Amino acid sequence: MPDAPGLELIRGEIERDHPGAVTSTSFDREQAALLVDPAQLIAVLTWLRNTPGQGYRFLSSLHAADYLPAEPRFGVHYELINRERVERIRVKAMLSDPGDGSLPQLDSCVELFPTANFQEREVFDFFGIEFRGHPELTRILLPEDYVGWPQRRDFPVGGEPVTFTYNERNYG
Amino acid sequence: MAEHEVREAIAFEDAAALTTADLTGELSEDRTTELMTVNIGPHHPATHGVLRLVVDLEGEVVRDLKPVIGYVHTGIEKSCEDKSYWKVIPFVERMDYVSYFFQMQAYCGAVEQLVGLEIPPRAKYLRTLFLELNRIHSHLVWLGTTALDLGAISMLWYCFRERDRILDLFEMAAGQRMHTRYFQVGGVIEDIPLGFEQKCRSFAEDMPVRVGQYEALLDRNEVFLQRTKGVGIVDRERLLDLGVTGPLLRAAGEPWDLRKATPYLVYPELDFKIPVGTVGDNYDRYRVRVAEMVESAKIVAQCLDALPEGPFIAEDRKYVLPPRSELSTSMESLIHHFKLVTEGFRVEAGEVYNAIESPRGELGCYVLADGSSKPARVHFRDASFVNLQSFADMAADSYIADMICSLGMLDPILGGVDR
Repeated sequence: MPDAPGLELIRGEIERDHPGAVTSTSFDREQAALLVDPAQLIAVLTWLRNTPGQGYRFLSSLHAADYLPAEPRFGVHYELINRERVERIRVKAMLSDPGDGSLPQLDSCVELFPTANFQEREVFDFFGIEFRGHPELTRILLPEDYVGWPQRRDFPVGGEPVTFTYNERNYG
Repeated sequence: MAEHEVREAIAFEDAAALTTADLTGELSEDRTTELMTVNIGPHHPATHGVLRLVVDLEGEVVRDLKPVIGYVHTGIEKSCEDKSYWKVIPFVERMDYVSYFFQMQAYCGAVEQLVGLEIPPRAKYLRTLFLELNRIHSHLVWLGTTALDLGAISMLWYCFRERDRILDLFEMAAGQRMHTRYFQVGGVIEDIPLGFEQKCRSFAEDMPVRVGQYEALLDRNEVFLQRTKGVGIVDRERLLDLGVTGPLLRAAGEPWDLRKATPYLVYPELDFKIPVGTVGDNYDRYRVRVAEMVESAKIVAQCLDALPEGPFIAEDRKYVLPPRSELSTSMESLIHHFKLVTEGFRVEAGEVYNAIESPRGELGCYVLADGSSKPARVHFRDASFVNLQSFADMAADSYIADMICSLGMLDPILGGVDR
């Protein structure tokens, strides 16, 4: 992990090359995170991957979370590792729901990190976040005719109602 | 000259260019260059679970393939959002059903980081011990079934014989042979019983001998060597781009293991090595896993030697159940017990990504807490899911039979892939 001052240094250097790309940083429970502007996400990921001295070349995980009722509600997380220094950094892009029935959109990073292919499809499948430029953005774990985005927090968990047959028969 | 003899002469001269079908004039078109798309699975014994493969074949050679997954998706991650933190543990165990202790450790470790709970030394050692027993168990299942794919039926019986001894140990400590729910937030649920140490030690002593016997069966087996050596090679850079971790990456010569790189539990205090391969073919993948079993047996023995006395679970009553004996005498313990089993404990808002080294690579658990007693999001970065992307590279331009071998060596657990 870069420590808290290290994280600020990284932020300052990104700020020099891409002004306004990093909106804030957080250092919580020993985990460093950069909150980035979704429009400049690929620029930041490319910078972290290719800049000499940074070398966050390994994308270990890409996942999303729904922060409802916060706004913007969706967060897409990129867990990057620098394997030489064994440092992890999390890049977070926050997206809001367009509200007109269309899906929130984000640029795909498959060309930069081929490993993101399945994981972006998984995020699309469960959260309905569209990745622009993904080679094959289809549902991956759910059936292709499934309707809805089940990992969103306003999607019900489901289950079967409990039937009180004994009570209904005798006392109902 | 009879017609029969003319045909024989052609066949002899242009044997490479003509097939029997061409000679007998049965086919008008050239069938050897035609691409054919074939569906394999989802219900096929060689796919090690419910995996469907759409394969483009040219003759018997695989040119391209696409894994189609999701047949055992059960929505575990969604269900976790409806359970209090401690009730999530048995749920996540059922994802990758061969390495359940790793799932528990990834999840419990993440929750412990969220609440800032330090686990006692004895619990750390016990967790490490069971994780490594589980690693051997997982590799034994892999070795038995993969060797079976290559026709070595006896390997399955030998591997499952040793696997049964591990399951006996799990049963002894936790009461269950699979899906033990042994790890709890704060430590482990119960101390190991009398007699466990002796049984476990004798297993750790036997295991390297057994591994030697497996090697004697396979390493000089001409069929096994020809089927695995030089097959399914993917170079190291490509594997890293595809996010592959674990034995597959190490077989290609990259010594990346989270137990050494980002030490957790008691791994920094233990003496063990990380086996790596050189070529990155299926034979190296086999060698790496077999060597890992010996290293894991060494870790198990070291954990038993160094096992400290003391509590096996943290004392913090806000997160950990009070001992059973106190419930009938202490009102306060009863209240704590009641609060924990009804509402569960609340976790302050925050998020954590906790990654450990599972038998298949990096197993990451992301937990988002919103201040309530239920997690707002539990996500597992399952190594099988990510590793499966490299399968098209491994199987491209090899025979169907080699594709099956590569799939076995990839070692995907479909419960983990689909979750």
